[in-house]
Amino acid sequence: MWKIRIAALFILLAGSALGYFVYWSETAQESAFPFRYGLDLSGGTHLTYTADVSAVTPGEETVAMDSLRDVIERRVNLFGVSEPIVQTERGSMLAGTADDYRLVVELPGITDVDAAVDMIGQTPFLDFRLEQANTEAIINAKIAAQQILQEGGDITSVDPLAFEDPYADTGLTGRYVERAQLEFDPTTGEPVVSLKFNAEGSALFAMITREHTGKALAIYLDGSPISTPVIREEITGGSAQISGSMNPEEAKLLVGRLNSGALPVPITLASTQSVGPSLGMEARDAGVFAGIIGLLTVIVFMILWYRLPGFVAAIALVLYTVVMLAVFKFVPVTLTAAGIAGFILSVGMAVDANILIFERMKEELRRSHAFNDGRGEDVMLDAAVKEGFARAWTSIRDGNISSMITAVILFWFGTSMVQGFALTFGLGVLFSMISAISVSRTLLVSIAPRLHKGAARFLFNSGLSLR
Amino acid sequence: MFIISYKHIFFSLSALFVIVAIGSIAYVGLRTGIDFAGGSVTEVQYTDTRPETSVLVASLETAGFTGAVVRDIGNNAVSVRTTHVTDEDEHGKLGEALSLNGTVPYEETNFSFVGPVVGQELRQKAWIAITAVIVAIIFFIAFAFRQVSKPVSSWVYGGVAIVALIHDVIVPTGAFAVMGAFFPGYELDVLFVTALLSILGFSIHDTIVIFDRVRENLKKDNREHTGKSFAETVAMSLKETMTRSINTSITVLIVIAALYFFGGTATKPFAFTLFVGIIAGTYSSVFLAAPLLVTINDMREKKMTTKNDKR
Repeated sequence: MWKIRIAALFILLAGSALGYFVYWSETAQESAFPFRYGLDLSGGTHLTYTADVSAVTPGEETVAMDSLRDVIERRVNLFGVSEPIVQTERGSMLAGTADDYRLVVELPGITDVDAAVDMIGQTPFLDFRLEQANTEAIINAKIAAQQILQEGGDITSVDPLAFEDPYADTGLTGRYVERAQLEFDPTTGEPVVSLKFNAEGSALFAMITREHTGKALAIYLDGSPISTPVIREEITGGSAQISGSMNPEEAKLLVGRLNSGALPVPITLASTQSVGPSLGMEARDAGVFAGIIGLLTVIVFMILWYRLPGFVAAIALVLYTVVMLAVFKFVPVTLTAAGIAGFILSVGMAVDANILIFERMKEELRRSHAFNDGRGEDVMLDAAVKEGFARAWTSIRDGNISSMITAVILFWFGTSMVQGFALTFGLGVLFSMISAISVSRTLLVSIAPRLHKGAARFLFNSGLSLR
Repeated sequence: MFIISYKHIFFSLSALFVIVAIGSIAYVGLRTGIDFAGGSVTEVQYTDTRPETSVLVASLETAGFTGAVVRDIGNNAVSVRTTHVTDEDEHGKLGEALSLNGTVPYEETNFSFVGPVVGQELRQKAWIAITAVIVAIIFFIAFAFRQVSKPVSSWVYGGVAIVALIHDVIVPTGAFAVMGAFFPGYELDVLFVTALLSILGFSIHDTIVIFDRVRENLKKDNREHTGKSFAETVAMSLKETMTRSINTSITVLIVIAALYFFGGTATKPFAFTLFVGIIAGTYSSVFLAAPLLVTINDMREKKMTTKNDKR
């Protein structure tokens, strides 16, 4: 008996600690576990693109899609959006769209659809520029000019050379780069970036390198130099290597950038959704408020109807809510309006297991009374409580399995909105089942008096009965 | 138990609900949301005064958006739905038209657009999901009740549960159609299908609890040789589970009512569908599924006696 009371105490303490954690992580300034809200609750833009993979070698679609995702991810990151989501999706076999490849982009906080679409559609401009006779002079002039301006000097006192472009256009651009790859020099172990030009680019590159051996060929991305390797010899094979004082990270970044010079596969916009931030906030507050009202009303109903067991169910319900909120934080589950609705629904269903148990308990008590009262014997309450839990188990199990089947199918059906619902609902059903058979049971057994008479009889009765 | 004795009255009531629901779906019709039909929906809130709906429609028509539906959603805001697909350029044109070429300032609160391919795929997926849930459940019940083959086979339990489920899907859909005639937002969309699937889950849960009791009581009858008829056993099981059925529905209805009245506008039609569906689901579990078991058993017994008579 004391063992189960200690267990009950432990459950309450653990629950309170978890509750405090949920509260703390929401109010603390720099929390590692904030709730994650979907775009419909936080405001933002959701874009779906279909990718045309018909030109890709069969079997390599996934590779192409992955590099597409990387390109878009880079572009999105440049925009400075916090926690963007870029992911690829495949159409569904059953809906007959298995050959469809899609790209989903979620941009929290961005509500201007057109700006978002522009940003994603934009191709960064990569080009190669050649060192001129006065390149060094121009660069030095630029540095000098920067110094003058920093010291508050007049712009007119700047050497006019500083306004000139240090490198000259060659006509070789990212359009001609077929592929860039990160490699390591076998002798020095230094990271090098190898480029592969297409046929046209190869010819151009050969011509440039033949005529300008020894000079620097600067690589520009969106108008600013990212690397200035020196041409060592004429290169005819259409492949080039960029070496120099790069660390592997920098080299990797450069490869990513070079490869993202153009999208590997063409994409078209298939669907968009944007929600204004104020509307999202409103929906979020409304969902939370509805959840609190629902929870409180259920608690009042349970205590009024089931009395002491109802009170235990209420505690179990609060613990269940706390556990679910913590799960949302740890997994983390992205909360959407539909997700919150799923959670609220699961609160209602979480009570069901308790109701099943309590009704079973009452039946046991009734049966025992019918048998024992005539013989003048008392009815054992603690035995009835345990029996109630044992007998309710099959219905709880079978009922919840069917709910979980539904949740799994919903999750599969899912667009992101439905998946949010299915996830919170499915997790809710699972945890409510665990909570009913462990938490409610431990708490109730630990406080149940041995005999069903007097005050105990009133406390364990239900409905309108006054006894 | 009155439910078993007067089962035909309750069957008729169920049939009436279903007929009324189908009638209202046929008569009023269901609006398909852009999730399934494709198209775009834009919600804008005007900063100062809102132009008349007719003015907006005319402005949209001039811009090439024929057949655009403009709906007042209160709070100085309108929702505009266009049928043909809107890409980014057209989105700009739409904005121009809504601001009457820049004369009326507004804030765009919501914009969504679904291409025809995505719409078609979602539609297909919805059907598959509903079918998958029903099939999965029939198999699960047949499996869970496999040890209960007398007097009716476990497949009958599954079949009866499905009849109840079909009832539970049709009734809220009918109510949804009626609401759609009066309020915006009641459109067939992904969220509606989600609500239907949740109703399926809840209702089957309800039905299983009752069937589980029937299963248990049948075993007891067998053990104790009580000599009870199947009808008596079902009636007894119904009586024993009645309080639970009602109380569980009450708690679920409480939270859904909270969601309906206090939750956001986006989930209002969802909460409404669930509310009607939960009531239909509870009704069908108690007044339709369990008594149907008895009816099927009666038919089976009758057939057996006529067979014996012929011999």
